[in-house]
Amino acid sequence: MKIANKKVTAERLVRDALEKAKHFEDYHIFTFIDEEGALKKAREIDTKIAKGEKVGRLAGVPYALKDNFLSPRGETRASALMLEGFTSPVTATSVKKLEDEGAIMIGRTNMDAFAHGSSTENSYYGPTLNSHDRERVAGGSSGGSAVAVALDIVEFATGSDTGGSIRQPASFNGIYGLKPTYGCISRYGVVAMASSTDCIGFFTKTLEDMDLLMSIASGRDDKDMTTLPDFYEKSEGYTDKKMRIGVIREFDNDSVDQNIREALKKKIDLLKSKGHEIVELDMPALKYGLAAYYILVPAEVASNLSRHDGVRYGFRSENSKDLDSLYENSRSEGFMPENKRRIMIGNFVLSSGFYDAYFLKAAKARTLIVKEYEQAFSKCDFILTPVSPNPAFKLGEKVNDPVAMYLEDVMSVSLNLAGVPGLAIPAGETKDGISLGLQLVGPRRSDKCLIEFAKELQ
Amino acid sequence: MNIKREDIIHLAALSNFRLDEKEIDSLGRDLQDIIKYISQLDKLDTDNIEPTYQVIEMENVWRDDEILPQEADREALLALTKEAKDNQIKVPKVL
Repeated sequence: MKIANKKVTAERLVRDALEKAKHFEDYHIFTFIDEEGALKKAREIDTKIAKGEKVGRLAGVPYALKDNFLSPRGETRASALMLEGFTSPVTATSVKKLEDEGAIMIGRTNMDAFAHGSSTENSYYGPTLNSHDRERVAGGSSGGSAVAVALDIVEFATGSDTGGSIRQPASFNGIYGLKPTYGCISRYGVVAMASSTDCIGFFTKTLEDMDLLMSIASGRDDKDMTTLPDFYEKSEGYTDKKMRIGVIREFDNDSVDQNIREALKKKIDLLKSKGHEIVELDMPALKYGLAAYYILVPAEVASNLSRHDGVRYGFRSENSKDLDSLYENSRSEGFMPENKRRIMIGNFVLSSGFYDAYFLKAAKARTLIVKEYEQAFSKCDFILTPVSPNPAFKLGEKVNDPVAMYLEDVMSVSLNLAGVPGLAIPAGETKDGISLGLQLVGPRRSDKCLIEFAKELQ
Repeated sequence: MNIKREDIIHLAALSNFRLDEKEIDSLGRDLQDIIKYISQLDKLDTDNIEPTYQVIEMENVWRDDEILPQEADREALLALTKEAKDNQIKVPKVL
């Protein structure tokens, strides 16, 4: 990662990033750019370096922040009208850790509102364009962050991944994207979507940068009781030994784009040529993962998003005559259609008469998925699969068909249900120059080894 | 199952949404499609399987019952609301 030192100033790095952000303005990557604030921080770091004072491991590194991370700089809106005017008085733990090491946020990135979506088309601000093909989607929900890194505007960007929202946009834009083990990085100060599957992670251009960011951001946090005791730094890395890599038989079929199947085959051949063993896996419960996900996650969404009521912060509808109409008007005007679908599905699967048939059934399916991963990792060290069945699709192609959009998540969501880590890795391009990506999946707490092993796929 | 118009109106009420006629139609269609998709779970045998609600492998994370310093004070929180008076958030009439 290019950090500030005596040869290059933080101010230079930040100015370059701001210029590039301006140059790519029509991609709709940023929802907010803090030129003045970023330059002020850069000058502070340059002064420290000039005085010979100690600076952090990310000194002067410009980065982009997904719009659902709380920070007092700019409104945190999760790209939704519902959070209009919300300037957070608190800072997310992950943001604080990055900035304590000298990283400089230049702006906030566009996303599907409240992270509901797989294309960044559900944003209140409109869609972000794909870095390789402007007629295609950026992927989502962390589309702006992925494109900011892919176009080399910033060195890294933050993301959140509830069902694929880091891995899928990373693969749609040809960069690395990590969804860590559930509980590895604090969720404190990130707008909640589904608390039992939300994970914080990063987009980078190199594996070394990913490792550095993980060592900085991971760890137990008293403000998030679901964080795991520190393990990342202490865990074993990759030591050049021959590994067993699983491939999932159920994911190799005609519904997967031919380019992606070929990319997977190439990487399998590469691993074999390096002496690694390929293990075929049967994981029959995984095909139910998406149905279970679109029950459990909307249920948590309906619960988490009930706090947005127009009273304490964010958008409040004008002209409401009483408290009930204030709630109704604010929520009806403030949420996007996809937010409404998910909240209503959540309330449906939780409502009396349907709870057992949907929510409880899905929670049991989750158990089968967790067990299936446990069994798989008794036969192999890591699993290599596509991230999604298709590469980046055309803007507008799926936005009016929610089930078609959900099907794009079919290969990514089961990791979130099981809490296991997944690293999206670039896997070439189609003949038309559209990015292809795969994901390397590991057992819980294998994040460090996963990142280090991924160099075998380069 | 088939989602009827009154089901959509009931779900909208549970969700605190006011829907217009167009939204009742379009959300009705979308929810029907989604429910049809998620109903495929019927085919999965889950007899004698316990449910999983979280994957954190921990239970009951305790801390001492004491007030810790908070990042945001009352003033900062009240500043986020549209209208505040006498250290209270002001809303339209309740009844």
